[in-house]
Amino acid sequence: MRKLRYLTSLTGGILAAAMLVASGSALAAEKMKVGFVYVGPIGDHGWSYEHNQGRLAVENAFSDKVKTTYVEKVAEGADAARVIDKLASTGHKLIFTTSFGYMNPTLRVAKKRKNVMFEHATGFKRSNNVSTYSARFYEGRYVVGKIVGKMTKSNIIGYVGSFPIPEVIRGINATFLAARSVNPKVKIKVVWVSSWFDPGKEADAAKTLIDQGADIIMQHTDSPAPVQVAEKRGKWAVGQASDMHAFGPKAQLTAIIDNWSPYYVARTKAVLDGTWKSMDTWGGFKSGMVTLAKYNKAIPADVVALAKQTHQGIINGTIHPFAGPVKDQSGKVRVKAGEKPDDGMLAGMNFYVEGIDGSIPK
Amino acid sequence: MIPEWLVPTILTIITAATPLVFAAVGEAVAEKSGVLNLGVEGMMVIGAFAAFAVGVSSGSAILAILAGAAAGLLMALIFGVLTLYLMSNQVATGLALTIFGLGLSALLGYGFVGKTFGGLPKLDIPGISEIPVIGPIFFGQDFLVYLSVAAVIGVNWFLFKTRSGMLVRAVGENHEAAHSIGYSVTLIRLGAVLFGGAMAGLGGAYLSIVYTPLWVENMTAGRGWIALALVVFASWRPWRAFFGAYLFGGITIIQLHAQGLGIDIASQFLSMLPYLATIVVLVLISRDTTKVQLSAPACLGKNFHASG
Repeated sequence: MRKLRYLTSLTGGILAAAMLVASGSALAAEKMKVGFVYVGPIGDHGWSYEHNQGRLAVENAFSDKVKTTYVEKVAEGADAARVIDKLASTGHKLIFTTSFGYMNPTLRVAKKRKNVMFEHATGFKRSNNVSTYSARFYEGRYVVGKIVGKMTKSNIIGYVGSFPIPEVIRGINATFLAARSVNPKVKIKVVWVSSWFDPGKEADAAKTLIDQGADIIMQHTDSPAPVQVAEKRGKWAVGQASDMHAFGPKAQLTAIIDNWSPYYVARTKAVLDGTWKSMDTWGGFKSGMVTLAKYNKAIPADVVALAKQTHQGIINGTIHPFAGPVKDQSGKVRVKAGEKPDDGMLAGMNFYVEGIDGSIPK
Repeated sequence: MIPEWLVPTILTIITAATPLVFAAVGEAVAEKSGVLNLGVEGMMVIGAFAAFAVGVSSGSAILAILAGAAAGLLMALIFGVLTLYLMSNQVATGLALTIFGLGLSALLGYGFVGKTFGGLPKLDIPGISEIPVIGPIFFGQDFLVYLSVAAVIGVNWFLFKTRSGMLVRAVGENHEAAHSIGYSVTLIRLGAVLFGGAMAGLGGAYLSIVYTPLWVENMTAGRGWIALALVVFASWRPWRAFFGAYLFGGITIIQLHAQGLGIDIASQFLSMLPYLATIVVLVLISRDTTKVQLSAPACLGKNFHASG
C-alpha cells in the first residue's frame, strides 16, 4: 500500500513537473506561429525562392512576436491538404499556401480549422478565413514588351512557356501588345515545355528559339537556364520571378520580380492586431508586389525613358496594358475602344490577341 | 543548300542525348551482371552536384568531371554494400538511393544556387572543325561527348568480346553456376555496379557543367528514369541504348522546333512524342521475343548468397 502511494506521489510529481515545463514553453510560445507551404524547392531561384524571401521579411519585421515555419516541395493535390492541416493543428495562426493547386486543399482544411487564417496565392475561391492574393505580373510584361520591341533586330521574340493557363497567356498578350505598339514588324514565337521547372528542357527550348531567329528570350518557367543560354549565344533575355542577373550579366535586359514581402508583413500584422479579414488582393507595380530589376546598361537612354514612362503610367493609372481596343486572333473585339477590362476578364484570359501567330494548345 | 537551322539543331540534340548515353550504358553493365539499380536518378543528381561544386570551387573542368564520376561511384558503393553484402532488396534500395540522392544534393547544394560555371572547351582543329556541317558536328564537340561514344564502343567490346565481359554476363545469367566454378559473384557484381554509378555520375556532371552550367535542385528532372527505361527497351545492348538516347533527344528537340515553326499540333501531344516514339521504335527493333528473352539477364534483380 505504502509502495503504491509512493508511486502515485511520484507520478504526481512527474506530472506536475511536466505541466510546469509545458506552461513554461507556453510562455515562450507567446510568439505567434506563421506557416508557409511551397510547391518548389526554396533553392529554385524563382517562384518558391521569392515566397521564402517574403517569409524572411516577416521574421525580420516581427522577430520578437512571430515564429515562422515552412514546408517546401509539397505536391499539389491530396498531399497538400495533409501538410496544411498539420500546420493548422500545430498552433499556426496564419498559413500561406503559395501555389494555384493548393486552392481546394486550403479551403477544405480552412472549413475544419475555423480559428486559423489562410492566405492562398493565385486562387479565386475564398471563405471567411481564406483570403486570396496574386500579383499583376502582366504589368511587368507590358513594360518589358516596350523594351524588347525596341531592342530586337530580328523582330522575333522567343518565349519559353510552361502551361497554356490564363496567367501565362496574359503575359504573352501583354508582352506582344506592348512590343507591337513600338514595333509594327515584331513577332512572338512561343514554345511550350509542359513543365514549370526542367532546366535542361528550358535550355533546349531557348536554343531552339534562337536557332529560329529569336534574338530576345523571354520565359514563363522557373529556372534561370534560358537566361544562361541567351548569355552564351550573345542574345538578350528577361529574367523571371527573381533577378537572374548572375546567370546572364550581359544578356539580362531586366527581370520581372515578384515581391511578396510587403503583403506578407501587412497580413501578419493584421492578424497580430486582430484586424485580419478575408479579402482578395491583386497587387501590381503600385503596391510594390511586382518590381523590375535594374535595366541593362546596354539599353539606349530613349528606350529606358520609354520603359520608365510606361512603368509610371501604370502606377498612375493612365496606362492600362489591356486598354481597348483589344481584338483576338479572329478579329473579334474583346475590349472596346476607350474601355478597360475588368479583373474577371483578365483572370480568365484564354485567347491570343490579334497579330500573334499560332494557336493556344488546347 | 544546307538549311541554316540544321547544324545548331543537331548540336542541341547531341547535348540532350549525351547525359542519357552515359547513364544508360553504365546501367546496362550493372544489369547485365544481374543487378537492377533503380537509383540512377539519385546517382546522376549527386554527380551533377559534386561536379558543379568542385568545378566552381577549383575552377578546373577536369577535377569537376572526376568529382562527378567519383560521387556517382560512392553512391553506387552504398547500393552495392547494401544489396550485395547485406542482401537488401534491390528495388527498394534503388528507390531509396534516388530519394536520398535528391535530398542530399538539395541540402549540400543550397549555397551553390545562383553560381555559374564556365563550361567545357570544345575541340577545335584548325581547318577541320570549320568544314561545313561535318566539322562542327564531328570535330567540334567537348571531350565528354567523345568519351560517351567511346564508352559505348568500349562497353560493347568488353561485354561481348572479352573474357571478363563474359564473366559479367555469366553472373547475370546464372549466378549459381558461376559461383560453382569458382568465380566471386559478389565481387564481379560490385565492379559492375560501381561502373554504373561512375557513368551515371558522369551523365550528371555533363548536365551541370555543359548542358546547363548551373546548379538547381532536382536538375536531372527525371533523366535517370529515362536512362533506365532505355536500357530495358534496348534489350541491354549498348548500341541500341545509344541509338535510343539520340532518338529521344532528337524528337525532344524536333518537337520544340515544330512548335516554334507554328506547326499546329497540341504541345501536350508533342511533349509526349519522345517517350512514345522511343518506346515504339525500340520495341520494334527488339520484337523477336526469343532473342529478348536471351538477352535479358536471367538473374536480374535476384540477390545471391553463397550457401556452400
